[in-house]
Amino acid sequence: MLRLMASMRFREDFHVRVSMTVNGRNVSGEVEGRTLLVEFLREGLHLTGTHVGCDTSQCGACTVHVDGMQVKACSMFAAEADGAQVATIEGVAANDGTLSAIQQAFQDHHGLQCGFCTPGMVMAAASLLKANPKPTEHEVREHLEGNICRCTGYHNIVKAIMAASGQEMPALAAE
Amino acid sequence: MYAFDLERPTTLDAAVKAMAAGGQPLSGGQTLIPTLKARLADPGKLISLHSIPELKGVSTDAEGRICIKGATTHGTVAAEAVAYPALAHLAARIGDPAVRTRGTIGGSLANNDPSACYPAAALGSGATICTDRREIAADDYFQGMFATALEDGEIVTEVKFPVPQVAAYEKFIQPASRFPLVAVFVAKFADGVRVAITGASETGVFRWAEAEAALSARFEASALDGLAMDPDHMIADLHGDKAYRAHLCGVMAKRAVMHAA
Amino acid sequence: MPKDSGIGASSKRREDVRFLTGSGNYTDDINIFGQLHVHFLRADMAHAKLNGVDTAAAEAMPGVHRVFTGADFEAVGGIPCGWLITDRFGQPMQEPRHPVLAHGKIRHVGEPICAVVADTLAQARDAAEAIVLDYETLPAVIDMKAAVSDSSVKVHEELTSNLCYDWGFVEDNRDAVDAAIKGAAHVTTLELVNNRLVANPMEPRVAVGEYNRSDDMHTLHTTSQNPHVIRLLMGAFVLGIPEHKLRVVAPDVGGGFGTKIFHYAEEAFCTFAAKALNRPVKWTSTRSEAFMSDAHGRDHVTKIELALDADNNFVAVRTETYANMGAYLSTFASSVPTWLHGTLMAGNYKTPHVYVNVKAVFTNTVPVDAYRGAGRPEATYQLERVIDMAARELGVDPIALRRQNFITEFPYATPVAVEYDTGDYHATMDKLEEIADFAGFKARRAESERNGKLRGLGINCYIEACGIAPSNLVGQLGARAGLYDAATVRVNATGSISVMVGAHSHGQGHETSFPQVISEMIGIPEDQITIVHGDTSKIPFGMGTYGSRSLAVCGSAMVRAAEKVINKAKKIAAHLLEASDGDIELKDGRFSVAGTDKSVAWGDVTLAAYVPHNYPLTDIEPGLEETAFYDPANFTYPSGAYACEVELDPETGHVKIDRFSAADDFGNIINPMIVTGQVHGGIAQGIGQAMLEGCVYDADGQLLSASYMDYAMPRALDVPFYTVDHSCQTPCTHNPLGVKGCGEAGAIGSPPSVVNAVIDAIASGSGKAVAHIDMPLTPSRVWAAMQ
Repeated sequence: MLRLMASMRFREDFHVRVSMTVNGRNVSGEVEGRTLLVEFLREGLHLTGTHVGCDTSQCGACTVHVDGMQVKACSMFAAEADGAQVATIEGVAANDGTLSAIQQAFQDHHGLQCGFCTPGMVMAAASLLKANPKPTEHEVREHLEGNICRCTGYHNIVKAIMAASGQEMPALAAE
Repeated sequence: MYAFDLERPTTLDAAVKAMAAGGQPLSGGQTLIPTLKARLADPGKLISLHSIPELKGVSTDAEGRICIKGATTHGTVAAEAVAYPALAHLAARIGDPAVRTRGTIGGSLANNDPSACYPAAALGSGATICTDRREIAADDYFQGMFATALEDGEIVTEVKFPVPQVAAYEKFIQPASRFPLVAVFVAKFADGVRVAITGASETGVFRWAEAEAALSARFEASALDGLAMDPDHMIADLHGDKAYRAHLCGVMAKRAVMHAA
Repeated sequence: MPKDSGIGASSKRREDVRFLTGSGNYTDDINIFGQLHVHFLRADMAHAKLNGVDTAAAEAMPGVHRVFTGADFEAVGGIPCGWLITDRFGQPMQEPRHPVLAHGKIRHVGEPICAVVADTLAQARDAAEAIVLDYETLPAVIDMKAAVSDSSVKVHEELTSNLCYDWGFVEDNRDAVDAAIKGAAHVTTLELVNNRLVANPMEPRVAVGEYNRSDDMHTLHTTSQNPHVIRLLMGAFVLGIPEHKLRVVAPDVGGGFGTKIFHYAEEAFCTFAAKALNRPVKWTSTRSEAFMSDAHGRDHVTKIELALDADNNFVAVRTETYANMGAYLSTFASSVPTWLHGTLMAGNYKTPHVYVNVKAVFTNTVPVDAYRGAGRPEATYQLERVIDMAARELGVDPIALRRQNFITEFPYATPVAVEYDTGDYHATMDKLEEIADFAGFKARRAESERNGKLRGLGINCYIEACGIAPSNLVGQLGARAGLYDAATVRVNATGSISVMVGAHSHGQGHETSFPQVISEMIGIPEDQITIVHGDTSKIPFGMGTYGSRSLAVCGSAMVRAAEKVINKAKKIAAHLLEASDGDIELKDGRFSVAGTDKSVAWGDVTLAAYVPHNYPLTDIEPGLEETAFYDPANFTYPSGAYACEVELDPETGHVKIDRFSAADDFGNIINPMIVTGQVHGGIAQGIGQAMLEGCVYDADGQLLSASYMDYAMPRALDVPFYTVDHSCQTPCTHNPLGVKGCGEAGAIGSPPSVVNAVIDAIASGSGKAVAHIDMPLTPSRVWAAMQ
């Protein structure tokens, strides 16, 4: 199926030319002032792994990293990412397809069901473990305050992140 | 969103000039962007304060105050305002990690959401809000729900917090928004105690004078026994009526006193 | 030793890799060259007479192709309801027309009035603001009991009242129930609200309509749990497009929970507009739109009476429920408070007399329909709350009271028209007592009390009817569709297999669990088998995924089709091995002649089927592909016992869910890892209903909980690790896999134990006793109840 070209979506009223590095690749495009980073990623760059699940900046499905920091791509304008290093879910696995430790833990521990919140969860987890390589269960849950999952009841997400950090699970969770 | 231009000045001077030419400031955008998505605002031109190095950072001034530049993110305050633990703790629990990456102290104070965290810290600490034009005492700055002493186009450049002997911020969250349903900031200074409450009142953040008097006399949770918040000006919504919020003011104030450090 | 493949193995999910790497293909990821975008102008008033719509200014705006109004849809059908309910008096339910776009009348906040199609979404939204509506506001009908009073304003003028139906079940039981209650030693009465919920799958709904003028072919890409049902409803009833000219594709779907079963106006619109404009038309719901346009769930107000004799045996249950339908009848709305609710009012208990009365009511609110559990959570909640209340009133142990009244002999015909095939309610309760560590509760309560907190333990049982069927029965009950399912097993020449299934997977992991069954049957590796679903052009037929039916119904169809394939393959093998069919055995992917060492591999047989050089062409056709439709003989009846332990802060009313345990009987299990995950998710939604979630309208019909700012979704911090066990297994007696279904159990089984635990915690304190608190048990409600 043919995909829309970015230039079609943004063909009118473009005001800003932005350049950034996305998953290590230099990209640029014309955007409006109001173009959100997530729109630029999804529609401009066809990186559709970053999802939009709400319009009040709460669900976290659009979580990406900007200059190494966790950001909701729906709550930042593309123009503000000019010059930034952006990392999305598409860049997490190795080039040969090998899953990262976090991704693999999500599969091993059934930390996803419908998959829609999953990219945001993985990006949030990566951000947590970078800052806090051995989080407690409570710290994991607290870190996910801005990421909503409707399928898993969080049990296996928390378990996966703990496992990815190399920690044994409490007996209660190990059923 | 309605269409608008977005400018990204790199100096405060340039930002002030752009504002004078009819722009509205965009700081972290964590409140403004959802507002724009709902088409509840039509700014025409936004001036991003995000790329101005002189608006970022945490330092200590000669008077020992913690000085936080206006466009400093909550995450940075949480990590760097270690000399004022209650403030760092408050910043570390605003919203969620992604909000803390983008949201700024200046944006929060300029918006003055009646359920925001920072107004409680600023008012509870007796902070000074510095702008591109002047310095405003916190007691004069907050003027009701979403209302401040700021004039059109005025930019919060820095907030200076006197560091109390002990302080704590106790937050009871509204489970949907994760904003405070009621949160209380208590700060004990040599010359008295300040108690600021957010989330509770229809008039925005406010000081609880009776509690301040009681705690200034005796800084113990039990000093608040028998003090009742007047429910009259409390917010009533899906998540709690006036009586409940008034009750929580007392509970959270006591807990803040108990946890003050 | 756990198995590492086939039935019973916790095979890792193959679908995970694409979801974990951002390679999924959700409907919003689909963009078709030349597509236009639609923005719906939605009502911001609950009830109004719509005198006219002026779209001229909007149509003149940049980029706008056309603005559609209700008048454009006068010639097409309304959105149909799939289930006709007959009331207590033998009359059909009142069934109003449900237009694609509002015409003449606006009936709920969020109802689509106009559709603006433009080059970009921003242009469409800009133009929508230029539309001028001429309307007169009418009083909103919100409260259900007021809505059925004679003086109420009517939501639909053409109906006689706002009462959709007054249903009695079983009507013939009515007098006996009344008499039993009159003569009972004790009657416990409870009035309660089953709170209105919004399903909130994380992926909002999306529809992309496409039309090809050269062959008059329509394609709809949509976020659906059942693409064939959408094709049938939209094609036959709304737009009049025959099936062979309409393809419905539901690619990766980001959760459904019931709300993506139904046929929605936006799907019909995009399909219609794609032809009208000869351009693809795309709509992506915002979350704010979802809150006011996705069918809501629950919303029952009930009075339940439980009568007991002097020995605490249950003698009768009588209920009266007001069920909110919203402004229109959504696809399965009418069946939820009736057949999916009344039939479960016996619960796990041998109560001889049960009577259920349901009054379904139209109001100026978003239509209400099935949400995870659909009717069964409502039934379970009433029954398990009133039993707990009775135990408290009588001063008896709530577990002992339940055990005393358990059904123990199967099959068991309930007084509400269903027959439970199997179950063992003592076994799941025994298991629960073990895994929930009831023995340690006292010490945990003492510890909580030392910290100024109250601790409560609540339990409940549940039973559900899943795998909704059989067709001849549901047809008698008013279903306007059959409830079988279908599968095609296509064996490729080299032995790999594609299975086209009618069930749709949107989180359930069918792509992994269904191949486990085929792998077990044939003895080839799971990775040799692929599941194809979600596209009407690729699969034979399917009624889709809801009511925990995928494996029990569609999985059974797959088994039947695979059996046909194996039977044919045995004939081919017999020919190759020069033996008789009856002597051929299939094991571990090889056909062998019983009692000999002669054998031939699966792949050699399948190759022979497609390269039939040495083949019994006179007896059997080449190729190896079979289809089966499966219509079950009965529902399946999963059951279980759940326990919740809470810690309550009496100063704030805040309740922490500290422990949650679930012992379920799902019959046989294909993939324990997936089953456990389904239960986890269901429990979180049940905790959400009990503690956090409430969809609230004000008296003017404005939706107060219209976004995640006010509708509290469970977060990771709101729930504990769960202890889940499904080792109690009484296999279903009537489907080939002996499976019962597990998708809804968690959501059905959890709310009563949460509420029972909070009531228990309050009772343990020194303050006043609290008999009941309506869900959600927010801190403010709990605190207020304790004052």
